[in-house]
Amino acid sequence: MKDTVISVHELTKRFGRFTAVDRISFEVKRGEIFGFLGANGAGKTTAMRMLCGLSYPTSGRGTVAGFDIRSEGERIKRHIGYMSQRFSLYNELTVFENMNFFAGIYGLSRQETARRAGELLERLDFASERNTLVGALPLGWKQKLSFVIASIHRPEVVFLDEPTGGVDPLTRRQFWEMIYEEADKGTTIFVTTHYMDEAEYCSRVSIMVDGRIKALDTPEELKKGFKAGSMDEVFGMLARQARRGE
Amino acid sequence: MMIVILIPIVLMVLFGFAISTEVNNIKVAVVAPHRTDMIREAVTRLERNEYFTFCGYVGEKEADMLLRSGRADAVVVFATDYDRRMMQASEGLPSPALIQLVLDASDVNTAGAAQAYLQGILLGSASAQDMFETRMLFNPRMKSAFNFVPGIMGFIFILVCAMMTSISIVREKETGTMEVLLVSPVRPRRIIIAKMIPYFVISCIVLVMILLLARYLLDVPMSGGVAGIFSLSLLYIILSLSLGLLVSAIARTQVAALLISAMVMMMPILMLSGLLFPLENLPAFFQVISCTVPARWYIDAMRKMMIQGVPLSEVWLDCLVLLGMTVLLLTVAFKRFNDKLE
Repeated sequence: MKDTVISVHELTKRFGRFTAVDRISFEVKRGEIFGFLGANGAGKTTAMRMLCGLSYPTSGRGTVAGFDIRSEGERIKRHIGYMSQRFSLYNELTVFENMNFFAGIYGLSRQETARRAGELLERLDFASERNTLVGALPLGWKQKLSFVIASIHRPEVVFLDEPTGGVDPLTRRQFWEMIYEEADKGTTIFVTTHYMDEAEYCSRVSIMVDGRIKALDTPEELKKGFKAGSMDEVFGMLARQARRGE
Repeated sequence: MMIVILIPIVLMVLFGFAISTEVNNIKVAVVAPHRTDMIREAVTRLERNEYFTFCGYVGEKEADMLLRSGRADAVVVFATDYDRRMMQASEGLPSPALIQLVLDASDVNTAGAAQAYLQGILLGSASAQDMFETRMLFNPRMKSAFNFVPGIMGFIFILVCAMMTSISIVREKETGTMEVLLVSPVRPRRIIIAKMIPYFVISCIVLVMILLLARYLLDVPMSGGVAGIFSLSLLYIILSLSLGLLVSAIARTQVAALLISAMVMMMPILMLSGLLFPLENLPAFFQVISCTVPARWYIDAMRKMMIQGVPLSEVWLDCLVLLGMTVLLLTVAFKRFNDKLE
């Protein structure tokens, strides 16, 4: 039981008469890379916001890192990291200042911050860029930096919302190597993406259509089940069933 | 940051010294068929007056030319039999026009002021001299700077607090950093308050600076008590901050925030707060609207306290209105902000 990091049962979110997320249930284990797929408007973002404690579910229940998403939203926030689809570090601060700022927000001590910042800089091979303004870095570097900063406080789960948008294939590969490394250390990764080749990298994948989870399994099993050659085909078959417009 | 501190200084000096609604340096030419002693005497008074520059005696045609070319703002034409009629007038007999004033009215304000001054000075030569005794209360030297200082304060705090705060919060929304902050354990309320503190501090610095400048550079009396002026200003600063927060809850982009601040907040302050135009001159409809402009109440109270020397307790109505507005705005702003997060 301890190894279940995210557990969701019949989670629902309605906005007026519109049901954005319709009774979804799933579990994510420690160290898993959980791919959360779905076309635009399928309800991915709403579901993710509920898991992050940003949005209150209409019905259903769930826990993240052992805390209830209804009553313990504020405690969940301490144990998760979040990287949004838009690049969201402070461009006018240096690499180190950004690290320092977010470490402060998550309540890391001064020594802890210095140690973690050193580690992360080394891992990114960024030591020489410590005092570079983030705004001056190329996009791919910024995204890698965003990722390590999202995990600066060693969260149990890192939520990545379309993290590799607009990045070249090589950088995407490097990015996924970092994700693997982090998952090997026991961090759970919850990632939404549009790139189906990335879906192949995930340990398990769920596909949302019209607010409901239509498929959930490892990429291999999904391909077998749908008799498809790639995740792209699987996704295509499911997405075609969608009735909701964008 | 420097700009925010510099703007008030520049405005104060500009309004205090350069721009003034007083009329100075009015160029006057005189047309007099006979330069009698009485006329000479009147013209001497004109020459000595600091508001006028005497351009000399001219003929009628030349006077017209001077006015047209703008080399004179006013021409004084004495009647041919000025002395005789003046005698009659002083004996209380009815006498038709003694003096004709021809004024360049392309600038209405200057013309109006010049007319009043000229009448005063020229009539001074008649027995009417002792008929009036004018006393200017509260602002005996009629300095327009006195009037502008409270106005500038009403304007500056909205600029610093409302506009800058809203832009800085909306910028975080625009760049996506707000989202990351909201997912962090920091409470939204704390984020907002943290965003406001720098502008609050800047405003306080600006407030102290304006008050020092007003007192020692422009000699504004501030006889209503510095403590009162200070505390009411603090209230107004908080009100401006909550306005900024409200704007930032509505606007999605920095440009929108800027436009809302400029159009919805700056314009009414300039037009409807009594900063530039006296409120009494507004049509009734706008007078009602002006009651919803916070700056109107603030500027009114500040004028009373800084110039008339009224203590804080006497401007209780302004204080109450401002306090009510602050509470209302803060509640609405925080509510809107929290709703946004849901």
